[in-house]
This record gives sequence, structure tokens and C-alpha cells, in this order.
Amino acid sequence: MIEIKKLTKQADNKLILRSIDLSIERGETVAILGPNGAGKSTLLKVLSTIIKPSSGFIKINGLDLKKDYTEIKKMFGYLPHSSLLYDHYSPYENLVFFGKVYGVENPEQRAIELVKEVGLSFFLNEPVKNFSRGMIQRIAIARAIVHYPEILYLDEPHTGLDQGAISILNNVILSMKAKGTTTLMVTHDFKQAAEICDRIIIIKNGKIVDDFRLEERTLNLVTEKYQLQVEGVS
Amino acid sequence: MSMNLEREKASFHVTELADEKSTLLPKILYWCSVVSILAAFYFIFIYSDIEKTMGIVQKIFYFHVGSAWSAFLAYFVTFVYSILYLVKRKRIYDTYAYVSAEIGLVFTTIVLTTGPIWARSAWNVWWVWEPRLTTTLILWFIYMGYIMIRQMDGVWEKKARLSAVFGIIGFTDVPIVFFAIRWWQTKFHPIVFGNGVTQKGGGIEGNMLVALFVSLAALTFLYSYLLQKGVSFENMKIKVNQYKEKLREDLEQ
Amino acid sequence: MTFFKTAFLLAKKDLYSELKTKQVLATMIIFAGLVILVFSFAFDPTNNTTKAVIPGVVWVIIVFSGVLGLNRSFISEQRNDTMQGLLVAPMEAASIYLGKFLANFTMILIVEIVAIPFLFLLFNFQMIGSIPYFILILFIGSFGFISIGTFLAALAANSKSSEMLLPLLLFPITTPILIGVVQATRITLTNMGKLSSALAWAQLISAYDVIFFVLCILLIDYVLEV
Repeated sequence: MIEIKKLTKQADNKLILRSIDLSIERGETVAILGPNGAGKSTLLKVLSTIIKPSSGFIKINGLDLKKDYTEIKKMFGYLPHSSLLYDHYSPYENLVFFGKVYGVENPEQRAIELVKEVGLSFFLNEPVKNFSRGMIQRIAIARAIVHYPEILYLDEPHTGLDQGAISILNNVILSMKAKGTTTLMVTHDFKQAAEICDRIIIIKNGKIVDDFRLEERTLNLVTEKYQLQVEGVS
Repeated sequence: MSMNLEREKASFHVTELADEKSTLLPKILYWCSVVSILAAFYFIFIYSDIEKTMGIVQKIFYFHVGSAWSAFLAYFVTFVYSILYLVKRKRIYDTYAYVSAEIGLVFTTIVLTTGPIWARSAWNVWWVWEPRLTTTLILWFIYMGYIMIRQMDGVWEKKARLSAVFGIIGFTDVPIVFFAIRWWQTKFHPIVFGNGVTQKGGGIEGNMLVALFVSLAALTFLYSYLLQKGVSFENMKIKVNQYKEKLREDLEQ
Repeated sequence: MTFFKTAFLLAKKDLYSELKTKQVLATMIIFAGLVILVFSFAFDPTNNTTKAVIPGVVWVIIVFSGVLGLNRSFISEQRNDTMQGLLVAPMEAASIYLGKFLANFTMILIVEIVAIPFLFLLFNFQMIGSIPYFILILFIGSFGFISIGTFLAALAANSKSSEMLLPLLLFPITTPILIGVVQATRITLTNMGKLSSALAWAQLISAYDVIFFVLCILLIDYVLEV
């Protein structure tokens, strides 16, 4: 599904990504862990066409990211730190707008359906600016999946959420996974990573230092490996 | 990691070698500008006649026109390198565009200071809304904007990209600005070609023309020397930053 | 086709949001009123020679309140990084530009419709020229000013002090338009005898409009790229 070869990104003289090679199968849920400034968010931004890579090669579903970016943009949903929502608009208006931008059929109905899915039907027509962080994050994830994406890029989706919001978010991710969506998730929350992901990638200093599958959902394995790579002697 | 560093080192070597090879060029340009400027002084002050009505002040005309020519040349170079940068995305093109715009701004400032001095003695006013002078003033503002874009914070790619775009827009604007001001100044009678209200250019003496051409050549050489020097300064700055970054990385390891 | 559809969608989004908050448009109109007020202090409205500055005042109003609106048009997309939302969506950078242009153009037309009659009223200005030609000049002048203005607003939005940067970039670049429209407006308002000259100016402005609109569409890719 996603093929990355020798990807590097340089900003000014700093190398943020150093020759990343990565291949992700369709339907996998992958967590990207690593210390601050390791280049995790940059990797997602490069994949979501927001940042141009300095060198390297990315293929998504057989399409070249450099040439067929309009096709690729239809395929993925992206949720960064910020919500990408218009403050004065209600969830309904936001989702209808983005639905139309992506050319979703029947965007009005899709918007209502999504708001219901994230449990905010009651606030359908309230302006987003009055919402709490948790509510905004739930609408933001709805925005990211409005066009039934095949790939989902999530940048620290669990930060600042309470337990209820986390379980709603996880349910959305798991239901997308059940439909065969590939998910890439940057996170600091090992517990959530262990709970919903099949594969863990640890990035340090712009390089992939570890890449392993989680056969059993054990938090210990993740923390152990992370500590070995990041905090221990490497 | 180690592979990357080695590649960087290799690229440093390449640029150093290129510099050694081209050390001859700045020397040639330097001596060309020195000789031609001295020659220009001779032609301006000794060889050519003193203009009858304006007197000795008219001598400022040679450097006024020469600076204007160099400024336009500099902006044209910025325009060309801006397009090259957007197509090829090589940092060297951006450096050339930037340095050339800076030099152009200096020459434009010279035009804008010599212009009023000349105008004062020729027409007894400090400023005339003459098309060429006004266009130069607007050019000064446009390229001041260009420099302001360069002062933005952020990575160099962003600044290079945005200023290249503005360099293209700004230069495309120049001829339109010139025609608009010319129409405006001819009391609203559109004249695109022909002399219109031009006060200079008519009836110039032969030996003055020679002096003018010599000073044009002198300032063109001066421009190319400054451009070459400015670019090598910028390259050194870039290189120092690269070394600093490498050192920082090595310390972190 | 989707190109124009997306552009209209974006313009509709901006205008609808403006309809909800009425922030930018209200500021622009109040500012236009204040400019008129300041001019009434600077030039005595009862004096007959003041009539000569009216064509200039018309454009001072449009330019200054226009800059206010242009400043907001891309800055407003920085809240919650909605610009990123547009950039990851399957659309061309040129349709973002076109959408923003349409929204800004509509807003400046509204400001003109409100402010110019108000100006004529307060300065007791009797029109002896032709209204259709005046409207034509207003239209092409605003078109050019807003098209390059939207483009430079997108460029300036990358800077932290974009409110200060935009006028510095915009005014020198638009001098041909400003010279042209002021001359043409003067003729269409007070001296229809020189209509041919006004039309020549209109041609120059239209040429400028076409050149820069095409240039902006071509170059906007490089401005919005991150």
C-alpha cells in the first residue's frame, strides 16, 4: 500500500529524515513512536503531500507521490495536531463543506451520519468555536474520514482527550480498520498504541531504529523496546 | 548516518574545487572594473566637453545613466535567476537572484540621489515626475519589497520560492509601470512609441556619447564584479552554516 | 469543470462565513466611512475645487479598505491550520486562488456599492459624466487590484507580520492600475469630452488585468506549496 524508499528531508542544514525505507501492507495499523523532534510528524506531512521530500521515492497504491498527487489526495485522510475546522461553522457545515470538496455523494447525509458516529448529534448545529478540546478532536477525526479514505494518517490523536473520547476515537479507528483501512499513527501514548496497532515503528534522529509486529497486545513489549532504543545505550 | 555525512563531505569538496578554479574570474573582473572606471573618469572629466547650459553639473549624467542601466541589468538578472530557481530548485540560482537584487537596489539608490541633483541644476526643481525617474522610484519600492520578503523568518527554501515569485511579478510590472507613467505625464495623450516628453537623449555631442559608453561599460564591469563577490560571500555564509550544523550533530552523537 | 466548482465552493464558504460573522465586511465599510470623514477635514467639502480630488478619493477608499479585506483572506485560514486542510484535499492551488479572488472581489464590490454613493452624497458631488462607463472603470480597476492583491496576500501570509508586508508589496506593483483608474475615473465623472482617452486607459488596465491574472494563476502553485 505504502512504499517509501530512501526518503530524506532537509530543512535548512538540518536533516530531519535520513534515508527512510518503509513498506506498509494494506489493512495494517501502524504506530510510529519516538522522542520529540525525531521526525515523526514530518514523515506524516511528507506522506500527506504537505511537505515536499528532499530526495527519495514514495509510492502509494502503485501511484507515484510526485506525479499523481491529485489521485493520492483522494485516498487518504489526514488528522494533524490542529483540527482543520472552521471556527464559525457548525460540525454539520464543516463536514458538508469538506464532503463537497472531496466530491462525496450526498454530503449532507454523510455529515449527519458521521456526527452521530462520534456521538455529538446534540451539537450538530453549534459553532465549533464553543467546543471543548475533546469534542473538537472527535469532529476533526470525522472530518478526516468524510470521504471514506483508504489510508488514515493520524498525528497524536489521543493527546488531551479524556477516557470517553479516547474510546470513541478508538472505536472509529477500529471500525475503519475493519473496513480494510490502512492506518499510520504517530503517538506518545504507548497504551493506545499497544491496544489498537499491529505493528510498531520506532524513529529516532530521522531514522527507523526498530520495526516489529505486536502479536499479542502487550504494553510491556512496547515500553521495553522503546526504552532499549531511545533511552538506553544505542 | 555515516553515509550521509560522507556524502555531505564529498559535496563540500566539489564546491571547494570549483571555487579554486574560478579564482581567476574575480581578479579579471576586479581589474576590468578598476581600469574601466579610471578610463571613465578620464573620458568624463577631461576628454568630453562641458555642456553649455548646465555646466559642470552635467557630468553627473554619465554615472546617473550608467547606474540606471546597471540597476535594470541587475533586476533582469534577478528575473532570469528567479525563473531558473523555480524550475531547477538549485540554491545557487537563488543566491544569484538575491545578490543581484541587492546590488540593483544600491544602483537604484544612486540613480535616485543623482537624479534630483541633476534636476536641480537643469530644471531648477529637486524632483520632476519624469517617466524614467518615477519608474525608477517605483522600482526602488518594488525591490525594497523583495528584500523585505527575504527578511522573513523560516527555512531558506520558503524565502527563495516566495522571493523568486515576487521577482518575476515585479519585473513583469516594470514596462507596464513605465508606459502608464509616460501616458500620465504626456497630459493624458497616449503615446507608446516616439519621444514624447523626453528631455534627454536629443542633441548629444559625439565625445559625450563616447564618455557615456565608457561609463556604461565601467558600471557594467563594476556590477559583475560586485555580483561575483556577493555570491561568493553568500556561499561562504552557507558553507559556514553547514559546518556549524555538522559540528552540532557530531557533538550530539 | 471541477476546477471552477471547487473555486465557487471555496468562495461560497468564505462569503457564508462572512455572512455569519460580518467581521471583515463591517470593518471595511466603517473604515471607508472614516476615510471619507478624514478627507472632509483635509479638503473643505464646501469648496468647489474639492470636486477635483473626488476621483482620487474614490480609489483611496477602495485601495485602503481593500487591503484590510485582503489581509484577512489568507490569515483567516491559519486558524486551526485550515489552509492545510485545503492543501491535502484534491484540488489545484489555482482553484484556491480563484475561490479567494471571487470572495474578495464580491466583498470589495459591496464596499464600493455602499461607500461611493455615500461619498458623493457627503461631498455634494454632481455627476456630469456617464454612470455606465464609471461602473466599467470601477469594475476593471477593482478586478486588477484584487487579483494581484489576493495573490500577494497569499504570499505575505507566510510572514509573521503579513499585515505590514502586504501594502508594501501591493502598492508599488499596482501603480499602473492606480494611475490608470484615477485618470479614467476623472474623465468619466467630470469630462466626457475626453472619453477616447479614458477608453485608452481602460485598455491599459484591462491588459494589466489579463497579464497579471494569468501570471498569478501560473505562479500560485509556487506560493501555496509548503
